[in-house]
Amino acid sequence: MLRIPCPVCGLRDETEFSYGEDASVRRPDMNEADQKVWHDYVFIRDNPRGPHKEYWHHVSGCRQWIVVDRDTLTHEIFGSALACEVAA
Amino acid sequence: MTARRLKTGGRIDRSRELSVKFDGKSLPAYPGDTLASALLAGGQQIVGRSFKYHRPRGVVAAGVEEPNALVHLRSGDRHEPNVQATIVEAFDGLISTPQNAWPSLQFDVGAVNGLLSRFFGAGFYYKTFIGPFGGTKFWMFCEHFIRKAAGMGQAPTLPDPDHYEKINAFCDLVIVGAGPAGISAALAAGRKGDSVFLVEQDRDLGGSLLSEPVGAPSDAWLAQARAELSDLPNVQILTRTTAFGAYDCEVFGLVERVQDHVLAPEEGKPRQRYWVVRAKRAILATGAIERPMVFAGNDVPGVMLTSAVRSYLNRYAVLAGERIVVATNNDSAYTAAIELAKAGAKVTICDLRQAAPPPFVESARKAGIDLRSGHAVLKVSGGKSVKAAHVVRISPGGKIEGNATRIACDLVTVSGGWAPALHLWSQRFGKPQYNEELDAFLPPAEKGTFSCVGSLVGSPSLRDTLSQGHKAGGTIGKEPALFGHADHWGRNLAPLTVIAKANGRTPGKAFVDFQHDVKLADIDQAHLEGYVSVEHLKRYTTSGMAADQGKTSNLNALARMAELRGLAIPSVGTTTFRPPYTPVTIGAVVGHDHGLNFRPTRLTTIHGWHKHNGSVMIETGAWLRPWYYPARGEDINDAYIREAAHVREHVGIVDVSTLGKIAVQGPDAAEFLNRIYVNGFKTLPIGKLRYGIMLREDGFVFDDGATTRLSEHDYFMTTTTANAANVLARAEYLIQTAWRDLKVHVTSVTDQWSAIAIAGPKSRALLTALTGAELSNDALPNNHFADVTIAGVGCRLHRMSFSGELAYELYVPAKRGRQIWEELIAAGAPYNLKPYGLEAMGALRIEKGHITGSEIEGRTTLKDLGLEGFASSKKPFVGSVLRKRPVLEDPARPSLVGLEIVGNTSTRAGSLLYALNAPTKGHGEGWVSSVTYSPALKMNIALALLSRGPERFGETIQVVDFVGNQTLQGKVVSHHFFDPEGHRQNG
Repeated sequence: MLRIPCPVCGLRDETEFSYGEDASVRRPDMNEADQKVWHDYVFIRDNPRGPHKEYWHHVSGCRQWIVVDRDTLTHEIFGSALACEVAA
Repeated sequence: MTARRLKTGGRIDRSRELSVKFDGKSLPAYPGDTLASALLAGGQQIVGRSFKYHRPRGVVAAGVEEPNALVHLRSGDRHEPNVQATIVEAFDGLISTPQNAWPSLQFDVGAVNGLLSRFFGAGFYYKTFIGPFGGTKFWMFCEHFIRKAAGMGQAPTLPDPDHYEKINAFCDLVIVGAGPAGISAALAAGRKGDSVFLVEQDRDLGGSLLSEPVGAPSDAWLAQARAELSDLPNVQILTRTTAFGAYDCEVFGLVERVQDHVLAPEEGKPRQRYWVVRAKRAILATGAIERPMVFAGNDVPGVMLTSAVRSYLNRYAVLAGERIVVATNNDSAYTAAIELAKAGAKVTICDLRQAAPPPFVESARKAGIDLRSGHAVLKVSGGKSVKAAHVVRISPGGKIEGNATRIACDLVTVSGGWAPALHLWSQRFGKPQYNEELDAFLPPAEKGTFSCVGSLVGSPSLRDTLSQGHKAGGTIGKEPALFGHADHWGRNLAPLTVIAKANGRTPGKAFVDFQHDVKLADIDQAHLEGYVSVEHLKRYTTSGMAADQGKTSNLNALARMAELRGLAIPSVGTTTFRPPYTPVTIGAVVGHDHGLNFRPTRLTTIHGWHKHNGSVMIETGAWLRPWYYPARGEDINDAYIREAAHVREHVGIVDVSTLGKIAVQGPDAAEFLNRIYVNGFKTLPIGKLRYGIMLREDGFVFDDGATTRLSEHDYFMTTTTANAANVLARAEYLIQTAWRDLKVHVTSVTDQWSAIAIAGPKSRALLTALTGAELSNDALPNNHFADVTIAGVGCRLHRMSFSGELAYELYVPAKRGRQIWEELIAAGAPYNLKPYGLEAMGALRIEKGHITGSEIEGRTTLKDLGLEGFASSKKPFVGSVLRKRPVLEDPARPSLVGLEIVGNTSTRAGSLLYALNAPTKGHGEGWVSSVTYSPALKMNIALALLSRGPERFGETIQVVDFVGNQTLQGKVVSHHFFDPEGHRQNG
């Protein structure tokens, strides 16, 4: 079980969170009309081995979406920040 | 083997005898004994039969590494299989029986398998179950008998009468293992003021020191240390507790065997307790496990680990044999040999090194031991017990020389070096490093927040062990100093554990893995067949795959593989260590989280009324909802058909409090709604509500519901019951990431509002009478709301319809839900008001062709559901681009239709659809999503998704239920079965 630092609530169990998605990906603008752009946003993801930025939702806590810096290989977590402050 | 209890000594309480039985026979046992020590003291040599060959097996070890002594413990509903006798504490009333032996331990029919051993070798299953009788049918038949013969204990069949509990804990430091290293660490860290968990699987603190003779210098230190630790309030001592898993972020899984050491748990106490401990750092002081040697007959009862024989002697006062051959490749066996000789045994040491260090040689001679340096045991003879050891000379190069000499004996003890118990470290960090001098895999002393101390890192002496613990703990207080000869690390080791003839063979079966009956020859065979990877070797031979997970076998298996491949051990590597370290009872992990306690049950505030009035409830997600209210003698079909018909004729009420409710507030609330719904919301005036549909990012339908504009910047959204949490999470995601420009908040208010739907032609009259409000069609048209007061409670009345009747939804402050429901029931009597449940609600909505989760199931688009008209073309919304992917625009996609089922039988959701004369093969042209009997149409109807459905109205098709093996016919019609123009709801 991971222990995830929530910028609002402190260090909490992974079971309080739910994983969202790759946080390095930016959602296209609402007015974007190109299917290819939306297709790539929805379906194309890297699967990096090593450091990764990812969205987690503190579902059973403050309900904030956070960006967690995590190593996918070692599961080491380097830090986190509120998505509303740092989202791509 | 002629084991016996000594008259004095041991850490047992001789003042009280316990009743302990094995296979119906009483064993002499005292508090402090284990079942294994009682078995030895009682002269029970054979304690089990082996997995494949049903060979007689005896106790090998004294701890968790025991591969052979697996028994059935207790009986009836507390029956437990595969229990290691070496870790079962003796208690009064203990009953144990042998397993995997028929008809008896002494005479086991299955032993005939030994003669067939060449057929049961490595890869038996892979090779055997092929042909020759056409397919695998014959072998499927045989499997039943093979599985019966090859096996461990019998699983319990009765429900477990005991209870288990879970506990969460936090601390600065977890110390696993309370031997000298762990205790030394706990003292230092405890004095520092750290909150410490000291975890010990044994009943007592002390570890290897408990195997020192009673009265040894370590006893005084141990007593003092225990006293100091128990006085430290910040040190939590958990004995009888196994740290079975080390997980990411310094989380540990522990199982505390609270009441396993008694016949039945005391009232109110759990049998076991599962701890989840979150630590800042960890010290592993898990010690090492002695490594057996591999030679012919090394599994005969009476071949034991040297350290185990020493434990039985000093801790339990059981001398395991009278004439003992001690086979070793290192120094650590000498202490044991000398103590055994002093206890009265005739001891021969076969040390396969050419010369032991002089002090050991001298002590051995003094003790009257026959020391044979440069000798090894090639073979042990004896069937059900050791009769003799056949000893050969070993050359300095490690080859056997000359003929074997027979030494009559009743016990052979082996010490092939030590294997650090690095399981937890390896679970956490992966592969350990090989240390050539110690012929073992070792974790590093420090990695991350983990420190490893003591025998786990090959500490050369007791003094070093204590010092390492002291430093790792924080170096506070006096460093403990004990000098003993009990230096458990096998120093000066000759890395040889497999004793075979020049041709590589052993004169008889030599076992690598006792518990899974894997022979040296099986490893050789796997190598011949081309197996290279140790992970493959493990699975092919099943070495290390039994309940003991190869605690005594893994190193010997890989050493053999390395030798055969001509490689050094590090090039061969180790297999992967995974939790649990020792078997964990499922009950302990489950705790109280089963049955209704598996998750919280959500009840509406009106639940009590439903129960009181005979409603049958149904689980929908975590919610319990009224399913139907049966009148006397009614079954579900009678009840829902009556309820649905009643709504269309009179008036009914249904509890819809489970709908998801979200407050959407802020100056940009309208823009937010406009983006997440496919239809426009910017024009929604205050006082009105609108049905809306949401898509996922990929263009499929996500959810639907109505949103009401309460005031300028205040909206009230409803979602389906099932998707409430997902819609909220998605809304929060968008607002907090991509749409940070929007000034809007979303808040779940599901639990703040009860909701009651009132439907039927008499609903307006009833509500007018109850509220006194003006509810005419002009005053409150469909899709509008009004504030009303009922019994002094302010409520909101939304006019909207799911049933197709004139209908309202009444939103009531949750705490007043039941009160208002009862007001409605009372006021409804003159209008013949009846409650209805989920099943009738389903019938009514299917008649109207409204969709629910059965149709919004993740694979359907707006177009598939005939809802494309809702999508605005004037604005972008979530999913607006990808819903137009060419593949989703394919006109052949299954689309929503109605089916009128021919005949009087109902079909089932999930049935597949085929053209009338088409063969019913493959996936068909679509599927049935919802079914009901329609009281309004007086026939069975269904909603279905059918390829090119709307073009096929009037066509009769086959409706095939492959699960129920039923084929019906259905006529394709519009899914708006009833009142398609909506006269009733709009009137």
